[in-house]
Amino acid sequence: MLSLVDIHTFYGNIQALKGVSLEVKEGEIITLIGANGAGKTTTLMSISGIVPPRTGDVLFMGEAITRVNPDKIVSMGISQVPEGRRIFPYLTVLENLDMGAFLRDDKDGVKSDLDYVFSLFPILAERRNQAGGTLSGGEQQMLAISRALMARPRLLLLDEPSLGLAPLIVKQIFEIIKKINSENNTTIFLVEQNANLALKVAHRGYVMENGRITLSDAADRLLANEDVKKAYLGI
Amino acid sequence: MDYFFELFLGGLTRGSIYALIALGYTMVYGIVQLINFAHGEIYMIGAFTALIVISVLTMLGWNQIAILLIAAGAAVVYSSAYGYTMEKIAYKPLRQAPRLSALISAIGMSLFLQNYVLLAQTSDFLPFPALIPDFEFMEPIAHIIGSPELVILITTTIVMVLLTFLIKFTKIGKAMRATAQDRDMAQLVGVDVNRVISVTFIIGSATAAIGGVLIASHIGQINFYIGFIAGIKAFVAAVLGGIGSIPGAVLGSLVLGWTESFFTGYISSDYEDVFAFVFLVLILIFRPAGILGRSTSEKV
Repeated sequence: MLSLVDIHTFYGNIQALKGVSLEVKEGEIITLIGANGAGKTTTLMSISGIVPPRTGDVLFMGEAITRVNPDKIVSMGISQVPEGRRIFPYLTVLENLDMGAFLRDDKDGVKSDLDYVFSLFPILAERRNQAGGTLSGGEQQMLAISRALMARPRLLLLDEPSLGLAPLIVKQIFEIIKKINSENNTTIFLVEQNANLALKVAHRGYVMENGRITLSDAADRLLANEDVKKAYLGI
Repeated sequence: MDYFFELFLGGLTRGSIYALIALGYTMVYGIVQLINFAHGEIYMIGAFTALIVISVLTMLGWNQIAILLIAAGAAVVYSSAYGYTMEKIAYKPLRQAPRLSALISAIGMSLFLQNYVLLAQTSDFLPFPALIPDFEFMEPIAHIIGSPELVILITTTIVMVLLTFLIKFTKIGKAMRATAQDRDMAQLVGVDVNRVISVTFIIGSATAAIGGVLIASHIGQINFYIGFIAGIKAFVAAVLGGIGSIPGAVLGSLVLGWTESFFTGYISSDYEDVFAFVFLVLILIFRPAGILGRSTSEKV
């Protein structure tokens, strides 16, 4: 469904990705793990077109989207929940969700998707008229995921959904991620520092170091891998 | 008491004109964090466009009100085209550059447009006909507020209401608000940011053009330099109210208009600009973000 072919991405003169190739198949949960600064967020920003790669190709459903504008990429079915949630702070919860459905014209579909995300996260329904910036971290994460779902994406990119949240909330959010994958057959590409958690929900995983993919395998095998255990699982 | 009301309404009129120009500054700043110093020139170009259209139509002997409406329409279209093109030429290529580069580009654009009009027209003041007639029903209160002032107030109110509606309820308005709050995130939900920026420049230019036509007709003369003065005043008003905030720009403009009007009326007209800027300094000392501005910390 999505493949990155040897992409190199730069911020000015600094090279963040040094030839990344990976593959995401329809219906999978794929995780990309690695330390701070390894290039995980840059990989997602390259896919979404915010920081387009200088060389290499991003293919989605067989089509090159390497230098396509970000809004066109969203319309093709790729939504992102960025690192740090990036809620529009002065828009209400409802307006934030509305922005998620920005490119959609099917009013009835949007309405039913709104009911769907409210069923996933009932707290958002309670807070629907509150400004996004006034929500707690966990609620903002729920809102960020819901906002991305409002676009009815085929591929959902999640960047560190566990960041800075209480363990109980993290558990709840990962349950929902699994549910979104199994119920709607939405393909999920999950970037995480919390390798243990990520590998437990994912089907396959990639390990990233210094802008390169160093390891890829089935998630359960990565969990058992000695190097991964030492470097990322702290065992 | 009549004198007080006269000054009050005079300040309100002045403030409304500032507001029409200040909106462009504050909206552009909100979306691209750029002080568009060439914005005053867009207002000046609006006034010149209107003057040309008026001259032609007056020769053809058209009705005054019709001339005013057509001239204002032409000014809006022409100024919007200038605003749109200006963004494409002078700012878009510098979007990833340091902010100072775009600011210098804006100052360059301002000087270019002034000198372009200077060469294409003249450096002299040109008379601008007073097209707004004295309405009969205004006679009893004509010593407090004249018909032109009334037209200015009504027009400004209509523009503000339309703009509020646009920003609050339309799709492009929502896209503008989202872009102002987080540009990358707006792109990630599918907003075409280039389009939002273009629309912002067009709206700002259109309101400035309306302001240009109204005030030119009120004051009765224009030259290539009027945009600079009006631009600086409107910029002060926008900062006063809190740059980036639309209600702030309106409030700042009214406060500035009243300050000038009352100080001029009760103390001395020689110090009009001094009072305006002293007031700006005072507000910025006690409220650095402006009256309605949100204090933001630089993200690191």
